[in-house]
Amino acid sequence: MFQLLWLIPALPLLSFFAIVLFANPNKRLSSNIAIGAIGLSWLISWAVVFRVVTTPHFELVDLPLAWMPAGDKILHLGVMVDPFTAIMLFMVPFVCTMIFVYSQGYMQGDPRYSRFFAYVSLFTAGMLGLVVADNLLLAFISWEVMGLCSYLLIGFWFEKPSAMNAAKKAFMTTRIGDVLLFLGMAYLYGQTGTLTFKDIFRPEVMEKLAQTTVSLGPLGTQPVAVIIALLIFGGAVGKSAQFPLHVWLPDAMEGPTPVSALIHAATMVAAGVYVVARTLPIFAAVEGSSALVAVGFIGAFTAFAAATIAIAQDDIKRVLAYSTISQLGYMMMALGIGGFVAGVFHLITHAFFKALLFLGSGSVIHSVEHGHHAAAEANGEHPGEHEEHFDANDMMNMGGLRTKMPATFWTYIIGTLALAGVAPLSGFWSKDEILAEAFGQFMHKGVASLPFFVWLMGTLGAVLTAFYMGRQIGLVFWGKPRTAAAEHTHESPASMTAPLIALAAFTLVLGFMNVPENFPLIGNGWLHHFIGEVFAAAHLEFEAVPFNFLVGGLSTLLALLGLGAGWALYKDHPAGAPDPLARPLGPIWRVLRNKYYVDEFYSATVVRGTIAFASLCYKFDDSWVIDPIVDWAGKGTAIFATANRLFDTHVIDGTVNFIGIFTHRWGDITRRIQTGRVQNYLVVAMASALALFGVFLMR
Amino acid sequence: MNIPYILSIITFFPLIAGGIPILFMHKEDETLIKRWAIIVSLIPLALSIYLWATYNPAAGLVVTEEKLWIPGLDVYYRLGVDGINLPLIFLTTLLSTLSIYYSSHVVKERVKEYFLFFLLLETGLMGVFVSLDFFLFYVFWEIELVPMYFIIGIWGHERREYAAIKFFIYTLAGSVLMLLAMLGIYFTTGTFSLVALPGKELFGGNFALQSLAFWAIFIALAIKVPSWPFHTWLPDAHVEAPTAGSVMLAGVLLKLGTFGFIRILLPIFPKIFHYYAIPIAILAIISIIYGALVSLAQSNLKRMIAYSSVNHMGYVILGIAAAAYATGTSGTVLVDRATALNGAVLQMFNHGIITGGLFFLAGMLYHRSHTYDLSAFGGLGAILPAYYGVVAFMSMASLGLPGLAGFVSEFLVFRGAFAIIPYIAAFGVLGIVITAAFFLWKVIQMIFLGPVNERWRDMPDLRRYELISLAPLMIITLAIGVYPAPILNLINSGVVAVLRMIG
Repeated sequence: MFQLLWLIPALPLLSFFAIVLFANPNKRLSSNIAIGAIGLSWLISWAVVFRVVTTPHFELVDLPLAWMPAGDKILHLGVMVDPFTAIMLFMVPFVCTMIFVYSQGYMQGDPRYSRFFAYVSLFTAGMLGLVVADNLLLAFISWEVMGLCSYLLIGFWFEKPSAMNAAKKAFMTTRIGDVLLFLGMAYLYGQTGTLTFKDIFRPEVMEKLAQTTVSLGPLGTQPVAVIIALLIFGGAVGKSAQFPLHVWLPDAMEGPTPVSALIHAATMVAAGVYVVARTLPIFAAVEGSSALVAVGFIGAFTAFAAATIAIAQDDIKRVLAYSTISQLGYMMMALGIGGFVAGVFHLITHAFFKALLFLGSGSVIHSVEHGHHAAAEANGEHPGEHEEHFDANDMMNMGGLRTKMPATFWTYIIGTLALAGVAPLSGFWSKDEILAEAFGQFMHKGVASLPFFVWLMGTLGAVLTAFYMGRQIGLVFWGKPRTAAAEHTHESPASMTAPLIALAAFTLVLGFMNVPENFPLIGNGWLHHFIGEVFAAAHLEFEAVPFNFLVGGLSTLLALLGLGAGWALYKDHPAGAPDPLARPLGPIWRVLRNKYYVDEFYSATVVRGTIAFASLCYKFDDSWVIDPIVDWAGKGTAIFATANRLFDTHVIDGTVNFIGIFTHRWGDITRRIQTGRVQNYLVVAMASALALFGVFLMR
Repeated sequence: MNIPYILSIITFFPLIAGGIPILFMHKEDETLIKRWAIIVSLIPLALSIYLWATYNPAAGLVVTEEKLWIPGLDVYYRLGVDGINLPLIFLTTLLSTLSIYYSSHVVKERVKEYFLFFLLLETGLMGVFVSLDFFLFYVFWEIELVPMYFIIGIWGHERREYAAIKFFIYTLAGSVLMLLAMLGIYFTTGTFSLVALPGKELFGGNFALQSLAFWAIFIALAIKVPSWPFHTWLPDAHVEAPTAGSVMLAGVLLKLGTFGFIRILLPIFPKIFHYYAIPIAILAIISIIYGALVSLAQSNLKRMIAYSSVNHMGYVILGIAAAAYATGTSGTVLVDRATALNGAVLQMFNHGIITGGLFFLAGMLYHRSHTYDLSAFGGLGAILPAYYGVVAFMSMASLGLPGLAGFVSEFLVFRGAFAIIPYIAAFGVLGIVITAAFFLWKVIQMIFLGPVNERWRDMPDLRRYELISLAPLMIITLAIGVYPAPILNLINSGVVAVLRMIG
């Protein structure tokens, strides 16, 4: 049975290759292969889940493979299953299958239909690989494969400059985090000699990581475990779009809507939370680990800040995107205060209802687009004429869709209530567990503590969440249609609504898998029993949080208030009118609407700075210093050679020639003496003899 | 391994069976010359695969040929094979075959001379990898320059003469330093043998002279790699070289330098290398970051890939420097050193495969558009889906996407270096981020994404011969990325032997 684990990621991977290499020209065949593969993965996954759930005290199953030798050691890669993996295998393949089925309808008529299914198959293979990986390296490989696919899918309509920029931004932003994770992994491997989770979590290894310290200069001395944990968290911050690397996620909606659902719910962003949860013993290796504090603090801050941005957005998908960032913050803050089960619980429930909401928004957008074309045709215009002026994502262009798309509407309402945290939907139970955990801890530690901050941010965030969702459903489904496009909408095809209904059903009931045990009648604490002991080997155990009626009651009340306020304020919002909050909030509204100007800040500093520095380096290289030195060296040698040549011709050769010429001239002169006439010679001889005689006499 | 003189055959077959007959062929007989060159290049390829398949990693360094060559100087014709040069032998034969095959479809001028020089190039390059005698090493090191000089100078683009001369003179200047150091070593030890030299005391233990010789050889090798700041011949040579010339240049020629680090500097100067390892690691980091940044600032496709080679070869130097720095420390760090050095050797191989592929791709685009200017393109993704797919694949491999070859070697280098020189290595990851930026922005976005540039509407997608030239490189890239154990078992055996030897 467990020998089939490999197949869970391998099937979608094979489907990717089959589509790219063979099935590409045939659209129907391509999508059938993709859906068949993910469907089979889903079946195998649930069979595995069933085995794990029904086995009391399930022991981890691990299937390693020798992957890479290094010196006298060998690194193994493999797949494994434990209860935590099992609960992920319950969620991921199912949600992915729903998204695939939905895409069949949504992507109808796209020229790159086959390619879309190839990409999403690879994407899913990445996520499933991450979930079944028994070690950090395979997890990282899968993680990066997802990064690639998100790049390809966000930029799927790459002719649009906005899509191509969003794709690049997503890849680069997450890459920054990935590099930190890469370093963390290299460091961990160096310290422990292994990357396999079960080997890392052996008590003696954890002990070593906690005991070994390293000096970081001005930052003081830190245990190795904390540094590794922070580096891993860096990766998660990128992938799970936490502050300050959250900027890519809202732009990621440039991709087709099913991709947004895939990225925002079941796969990409869940990966960051999953990896932090999976390596939680490293985070918690030392008492009061600053790594955990960082996770909790950043999570709580992100949960609140992203929710404030969401209330000021008009794009239906952008609201959901910030909502995702905010909800991921909830998961992170849960992990940061040691609420492993609560964080995982929220990860699972959120995947279902966020996939539901994204697919629902896709159904709405799809329908508004078609309505726009229908309205244009009704007015006798050519379709596409007003394309640039019309934004089918803008909630201000919608309204009154309640009666026109009933299936989408009802499922959307279920998703909204779950996200807002209204009892007894799934989101209520999971979010409440996080808040109860924080509340319980701050009761012990007082208000000057992380748990208090987490609880406060979480509760405020919950109010805002309910408010922006109330605003959204008010704008989209209530009131009167604000445009002709909204007037001409109608329900989406069954291939799109059926997945909505399936996801809605799970959203309704999923919360009951972990109702706290002390809750009357339905209390079970099942999830806690199921995954609560996965880190027992590393001596990390979690206590169940009892239901707190104060916290639960308060958050339900706040959720209803928020929803009601948002709904009431926006349901009859007239077309073209300014947002009712714009005036009362004034400059704050502008800041929120512009997302705190973080994008502008990054592009002015990091992006421009890097590009400017790169140009500077190139000038230094090519025009100013390095290459000029080489060229000067060349030219200098050439000049020196010319000087040598001149010296050679004029001085050295000149001397030689001079001697020659001198001899020649001298010969010329002396030659004149040699006349050949005997009388001349006699005269000279006589004169010489007389002269010598004279000299002799004078002495 | 039981074919006698197998390394000699691999080395000289292209020249003797290919070059000499081609010399006697009529220059109008282009088809015959091309076919002959392809067939001849296949033999060393087959033999190198056979060698790989039959080589036993446990055997360590195997000397296969040894004959006294110049008796008075004690120079031997000595060839050998181990886990370090075997992947590079295979790389050389593979890229030679692919280059010759690809060129047979695109080279139209002076065909006879072109293939003659290419076969001579293969012999020259191979000789460097298989030599186990310093003198012989030096001879091949010089021989290989000549055909490359002509390939750039005759079949290159506009500024080919400048680039060819710069390439030739720069390398030659370095070689002189190496020659002097080599003679110095010979005069104090009496041997050129790369098998006997390790462990010998050079220059009677004179530290200053040893350092001088070390740096002389280092500079000669660093010019070839090229390491910052000796790299500026590379972009010019690449931009001007014909496609297959760039493939061989990036794919094989650059590896001669780093191969020399491992074959000569590390075993002969272990203590000196240890002493200077930190400055060299810093040079490597500068190459990594600076190479990536300058790549980011390019608008010429080939120049960009050339600078990315400076970045990628920087990882190789980093791995070697880290391994050298750990020399003489206790046995527990063997795994760290071996990991770093494994990464360096694998990175040499991977860079040859990946960047070789990228230069093929750049040439294919030039063949269609007659420009390397990135801003001239845009939107080709919709016109050339297959070409786009291959470029995206190779770019991802080059930027180190896990699942493809480049990641494995980068991971090994950083894993090893991070355990030995953490602070220096940590800076290196900046290079990884910037590498991703320029591949996504300069290559993928500027060529393929955005609105379609109507000028290229009728551009044809990949042809069959182009796909055949690329397919082996893609398959190897994927295979190593998914399952690196086979090649790493081989490399690891060679690396561990070297490390145990130097202690």
